[in-house]
Amino acid sequence: MATILSFAAIFPLNTLGHYIHWHWFYISVANLTVIILMIVTFVAALLLPFPGRRRRKENQ
Amino acid sequence: MSNAEIDRQWTTRLRRRVEGKLPPEKVLPDTQPSYVASWIYVFGVATLASLGVVIFTGCVLALRGPQWWHGSQYGHFVNSLHLWSVEIFFFTMVIHLWGKFAMAAWRGGRTLTWMTGVVTFLASIATAFTGYASQSNFDSQWITTQAKDGINATGAGAYFNVLNLGQMLMWHIVLLPIAAVVLTALHVILVRIKGVVPPFEDDVKPAAQKVAVGE
Repeated sequence: MATILSFAAIFPLNTLGHYIHWHWFYISVANLTVIILMIVTFVAALLLPFPGRRRRKENQ
Repeated sequence: MSNAEIDRQWTTRLRRRVEGKLPPEKVLPDTQPSYVASWIYVFGVATLASLGVVIFTGCVLALRGPQWWHGSQYGHFVNSLHLWSVEIFFFTMVIHLWGKFAMAAWRGGRTLTWMTGVVTFLASIATAFTGYASQSNFDSQWITTQAKDGINATGAGAYFNVLNLGQMLMWHIVLLPIAAVVLTALHVILVRIKGVVPPFEDDVKPAAQKVAVGE
């Protein structure tokens, strides 16, 4: 329970959301964070070597 | 009964057709082409795994009911598991979608695989939206009073009333999950029948080297 309370202190979820507004562009920080994380994960999935791939190439 | 009569039975014809299209070695294959050894191919099965958690936690919530998920520690925990597994479900599904779009995964007679994925995505969005409407708290009251204007503007409000909690809950826990799970099963079966889409250069080359699935 103490852990849960300390997390609640780090991420206060019971407040108004934060928004980024630039001309026509309007998005919540939470949504923008998720979109950036998805793009980072997508690029990492393309670039990072898959475990065991080198071993398979050596075996071929 | 003669062999000719047995051959004419619809059960025999259906079984042979299914066996021809989807033999056991295609349902649970031992090997996959070597190009599948990439992180980008992980996101389809990650989507499936998170869907499993979504369905399981949803079943627990359905068993215990709103007072439990709003008013007890374990209820909050399972409610949070349901929410976050949905977040991971959409997160991984969108990366799976980007990856497959970049690969033009509809190539090689895989149009139906692609289209079942598209419709599953749409059904999942509808399931998530009706989930927002089914929370039975102030959040769902706010969301549904805002959503009703959008739905009414389409003319669908007479049939799909977002302010009707019972109707939204039934869509969320019966109709749309059935659609999402059936479409997902169809999507996976089609992937098994047609195989994973090859990279562009392998489209014109001979078949790629095979590697064991469990390696």
